[in-house]
Amino acid sequence: MMEAMEGSPAVLCRNLHKTYPGGVEAVRGLDLEIPRGECFGLLGPNGAGKTTTIEILEGLSAPTAGEVRILGLPWRGHEMDLRQRMGISLQETRLSEKLTVRETINLFAAFYARPRPVTEVLEEMALTEKVNAWVGKLSGGQRQRLAVATALVGNPELLFLDEPTTGLDPQSRHQLWDVIRRFQSAGGTVLLTTHYMEEAERLCDRVAIVDHGRIIALGSPGELIESFVGPHVVEFALNDAARALNWAQSLPGVQAARQADGIVQMNVREPHRAIPALIAALEREGLTLAYLSTRRASLEDVFVHLTGRHLREA
Amino acid sequence: MATEPRIEPLAPAAPAPSRLRYRRWASYTALLTVRMKELLREPEVIFWAFAFPLLLAIGLGIAFRQAPVEHVPVAVAAGPGSAHVAAALGGGRFQVSVLPAAQALDRFRLGAFDLVIVPANGGVTYRFDLARPESLLARSLADDALQAAAGRRNPLPAASRPFSEPGARYIDFLIPGLLGMNLMNSGMWLGFALVEMRQRKLLKRLVATPMRRADFLLALGSSRLLLMLLEVFLLLACGVWLFRMRVMGSWGAILILGVIGAIGFSAMGLLASARAEKIESASGIINLVTMPMWVFSGVFFSYERFPHAVLPLIRALPLTALNDALRAVILQGAPLASQGWQMLIVALWGGLAFLLALKWFRWT
Ligand SMILES: Nc1ncnc2c1ncn2[C@@H]1O[C@H](COP(=O)(O)OP(=O)(O)OP(=O)(O)O)[C@@H](O)[C@H]1O
Ligand SMILES: [Mg+2]
Repeated sequence: MMEAMEGSPAVLCRNLHKTYPGGVEAVRGLDLEIPRGECFGLLGPNGAGKTTTIEILEGLSAPTAGEVRILGLPWRGHEMDLRQRMGISLQETRLSEKLTVRETINLFAAFYARPRPVTEVLEEMALTEKVNAWVGKLSGGQRQRLAVATALVGNPELLFLDEPTTGLDPQSRHQLWDVIRRFQSAGGTVLLTTHYMEEAERLCDRVAIVDHGRIIALGSPGELIESFVGPHVVEFALNDAARALNWAQSLPGVQAARQADGIVQMNVREPHRAIPALIAALEREGLTLAYLSTRRASLEDVFVHLTGRHLREA
Repeated sequence: MATEPRIEPLAPAAPAPSRLRYRRWASYTALLTVRMKELLREPEVIFWAFAFPLLLAIGLGIAFRQAPVEHVPVAVAAGPGSAHVAAALGGGRFQVSVLPAAQALDRFRLGAFDLVIVPANGGVTYRFDLARPESLLARSLADDALQAAAGRRNPLPAASRPFSEPGARYIDFLIPGLLGMNLMNSGMWLGFALVEMRQRKLLKRLVATPMRRADFLLALGSSRLLLMLLEVFLLLACGVWLFRMRVMGSWGAILILGVIGAIGFSAMGLLASARAEKIESASGIINLVTMPMWVFSGVFFSYERFPHAVLPLIRALPLTALNDALRAVILQGAPLASQGWQMLIVALWGGLAFLLALKWFRWT
């Protein structure tokens, strides 16, 4: 029994549904399985249902339908055990403004059976200089780091972080990535949401792209890039921006093409074939280039390809 | 995806004894410390809990000092017999002016006189204002003096001994009422604090930790009780030192009433905050509950002035019961046991509110 629980995934949910009173179907049949030790990213446009999903997994809101197992256990009957073993930071919490950083973190530490040393956590989150400052006097990024510190102080096995790096400067963001990697290399499991594709690409072992309450793509960032957009992106613009370019789609080596604001973007597997073909086609049509660039594809291209409604050509 | 096997239900084996013990006392003391610090760092709390009732007591105590009636300004309309009337009223506390009738009535309307006496046909006519108590009083004093001067003898021998000891003045009435009102206000505003925490998503964040919800409420309630101790002490001390009020009952009994009131009204505050999402709606609800009691529950004046038909309703209000009990103990030295009914009313309101709050309270 105990062994089965140790071997079970850190997060498991099946056929999750959530309909809010008023009829908004925020989650519509979502399956997820996150093995222990993984850093998993939940991506998706605003309103996709990420926060709703993560709060159901955190046991803070009840699903309309579906099953959830955290560390092999259902929420019912194991709430206090599970809460001891996980740390969370919500998308939005305003901690008490009239308490100092130290008082806040001490309060959270007091709830846990085996908290980490408070000074160590504050140091990790680069808040040592602010220990005696009131929370109300912190900058937005510092508050965000304090929120993550409250998630870490309980010494959890599992971390749920809803947009932990939103509002952080690049330096703090890199610092937080290091914290997450260290947590992970000590055996911890992380589920996070983010709007920064670069972050997901660098940090997450696997990501799921969620839209309209469903997972529309799942895999490692490399796999997703490979299977949805190919490894390269070629972008170009013409002097005569008004011309329709349906033919770009059918050039050799081009997987997909779309056009927005006068710029054509092509997902390309073999640039050495696609670019000469493009030049030849333009010559044939009597068109001249105003701009051409090629770069490696990123998760952002996958994201835009899958969810970027106004960029997708109908 | 649809063919994905369902998760088999867990065997209902007893969960392995958790190595992770929740430290209840540590959590409770941490919550209480934090709450007290927050309260004392909030200038509004200090003002409403401590300064406001003291200022009210001092302000109202001075305004309604109830100096003994020293001068009764009376006008006598000039004419035949006016000299006789003025002489009969001379001496004593009357301040007599003899004026032409029209002028006397004009100045009466402006409040310069409490009474105008118009002598006529060997008798007098009193012009006075039924709505002004001092006018009524002047009429009856002047009538007594004039009748005595005309030779009336009282069939019933009566002696008067004025009474103005501490215990019967307005300030003595007021201070226990302010005490009750303060217990109500700060208990109810606990609800405001809770809604604020809900609006900030702080409640949600806290219940996402292993913190027990009961410990949180207990810590909140105890911080309220600690504050209450200070409030009761300050207000009564102010009454005793500034207004030489006498506390007739035992301090222990007052303390117990304070505890019952603080807990009862905190439970009502909890209920008021059970579902509200926004602090604006919470303050609406709280005002809706407290305003009527400010008026009806005998904080500033005796509720006996309301029509008799509604008195049973007024007495069933928690603040009325608390104020009655506080007055009986503080002013009359009544033993706590004689206030059982009042304590029961407060406890019933509090208990009912607490049960409903448990049922409706939203943490997330
Ligand atoms: N309490 C609520 N009541 C009703 N509808 C809600 C509630 N919370 C969220 N929704 C709706 O559910 C949908 C999903 O919201 P959710 O917060 O899960 O999105 P999200 O993916 O986290 O978005 P974001 O990236 O903007 O944080 C949205 O359409 C939102 O309007
Ligand atoms: Mg969200």
